[in-house]
Amino acid sequence: MVAADSERPNASGVSELLIHWCVLPFRVLLVLTSHRGIQMYESDGSVMVYWHALDAGDASLVQAAFARGIAASGHYVCVGTWSGQVLVFDIPTKGPNIVLSEELARHQTPISDIATEPAQGQDCVADTVTADDSGLLCVWRSGPKFKLLTQIPGFGVPCSSVQLWQGTIAAGYGNGQVRLYEASTGTVHVQIDAHARAICALDLAPEVGKLLSAAEDTFVHIWKLSRSPEDGYIEAAPLL
Amino acid sequence: MSMRTLPLLFLNLGGEMLYILDQRLRAQNIPGDKARKDEWTEVDRKRVMNDIISTMFNQKFMDELFKPQELYSKKALRTVYDRLAHASIMRLNQASMDKLYDLMTMAFKYQVLLCPRPKDVLLVTLNHLDAIKGLIQDSPTILHQVDKTFRQLTDIYGGLSAGEFQLIRQTLLIFFQDLHIRVSIFLKDKVQNSSGRFVLPVSGPVPWGTEVPGLIRTFNNKGKEVKRTEFKHGGSYVAAPKEGSLELYGDRVLKLGTNMYSVNRPVETHMSAASKNLASQTQESIVPNPLAKEELNLLARLIGGMEIQKPSGPEPGFRLNLFTTDEEEEQAALTRPEELSYKVINIQATQDQQTNQELVRIMGEFEITDQSRQSSSKGDDWLAMMDEL
Repeated sequence: MVAADSERPNASGVSELLIHWCVLPFRVLLVLTSHRGIQMYESDGSVMVYWHALDAGDASLVQAAFARGIAASGHYVCVGTWSGQVLVFDIPTKGPNIVLSEELARHQTPISDIATEPAQGQDCVADTVTADDSGLLCVWRSGPKFKLLTQIPGFGVPCSSVQLWQGTIAAGYGNGQVRLYEASTGTVHVQIDAHARAICALDLAPEVGKLLSAAEDTFVHIWKLSRSPEDGYIEAAPLL
Repeated sequence: MSMRTLPLLFLNLGGEMLYILDQRLRAQNIPGDKARKDEWTEVDRKRVMNDIISTMFNQKFMDELFKPQELYSKKALRTVYDRLAHASIMRLNQASMDKLYDLMTMAFKYQVLLCPRPKDVLLVTLNHLDAIKGLIQDSPTILHQVDKTFRQLTDIYGGLSAGEFQLIRQTLLIFFQDLHIRVSIFLKDKVQNSSGRFVLPVSGPVPWGTEVPGLIRTFNNKGKEVKRTEFKHGGSYVAAPKEGSLELYGDRVLKLGTNMYSVNRPVETHMSAASKNLASQTQESIVPNPLAKEELNLLARLIGGMEIQKPSGPEPGFRLNLFTTDEEEEQAALTRPEELSYKVINIQATQDQQTNQELVRIMGEFEITDQSRQSSSKGDDWLAMMDEL
């Protein structure tokens, strides 16, 4: 379907290659990131509609340029980069006329993951979360100009994976912890000592509120997320 | 990917190489007075270790190594170790060199995989350096070189963040991806299973900075803890005792990277079963690559920093065999699967005049302390050696 990267056969290995289906209101795009840049294809892989080369800038001195973290929010596609910048692309309903609409510059370390959820209808409700290697989380409201709603500082450990569900942020960290935050305030409500090694990935089933965490300790855990009936705060219970 | 990975890769692989060579040389040791002309003695062993270690820690070489850069390709790195292993009077056949390299890479892959936290790869490196210092106790000049490298290492890596170490870890693991050579010492200790995959333990101390899994804490709006729940994790972990030391002398706590070879444990690799695993591996393309020339120039600069001695007389009989018998070595060479052969790069330093001059200039700045094996001109010597590669 998509041509494999055949340019560097003698390289020390394939650099970070991420692929993500971006489900937008009127189309689905396949987005790939690699050391060469960001490529976007029609959902059947037939045509590449957009290519964005990464600007290495001063990076090449100490760090190789790469892109990491892909998510769709409304009619925008967000892609994170090694510098901490988040590139926001405005996607038209059809055709290749994709433009880089904004570069969010809140993070100072490489972006690790981006999570989004459909806007809940009201204004100023968070629908995008970006995470980086320092553990910093930034909470945004997407739009022609993304609005930063709140920031959640790191604690010396990378945040490798992040999910957003019904106003709750689930973040997985390099020390094996999963934390649940209230997106609107940035307050931590649940802290789970979930794994003995770095968390590789989180995934969430939005219909049933189940969170999955996978880590380098070879374990996978499933957690049931719910709102406490008394005060409405988020809670987590282990299922597996 | 991280551009700070090469020094860690080089030093740890080098350390493993020294463990193996030291073990083999000791195993083939003959008491000095009883040795025939072509047999190893204690003096020879120490001589070989000193030569290799002083070449490895040559200051110019280290300065080049520590510059931020991408990892070399597997072929290029193998060439560097080929040169290093031949930095003394010792000679290795292709089969023995292949086996040596297999053991080195699988051992370091194991150590990286099992590091509790990404930063622990630094402790693994320090374990190797500590052991290397143990091998050259009688040579204060070389000890000084190693200490200098130690300081370079802690200066650069001591301050890196957890995120940067995670990137380094990923870069290393990508380098070792799809390498599943079975090593008998690992199979015996049950840390590797018969498919060549390593066994990841689910017990023992958690990494420094990680809590033992099993606790869920719930907080209210004001940050006050309102509930605690415990759950069964599945592994059987205990708290980390203490953090490993990054000082020149200190308790590293971590055992990974210490010498796992002893005189009585022959170490073998299993080739025949490994080849089945490689059926699905990607073939390395032989199409010339514009980036390869750049890489070879880098390699030539790196090797240019290596001081290599060459005996001026006829080739001495100081051959080291990594197998138990010569017949085994021949057999291994014949039956080695094609996919596993390391195509060593030939560097023709004579072609590029400018590179040639630079390398000769660097060579000219070296002092070779052992006069007995000097030949007429260091420049000619070095070039002749390169042509033979």
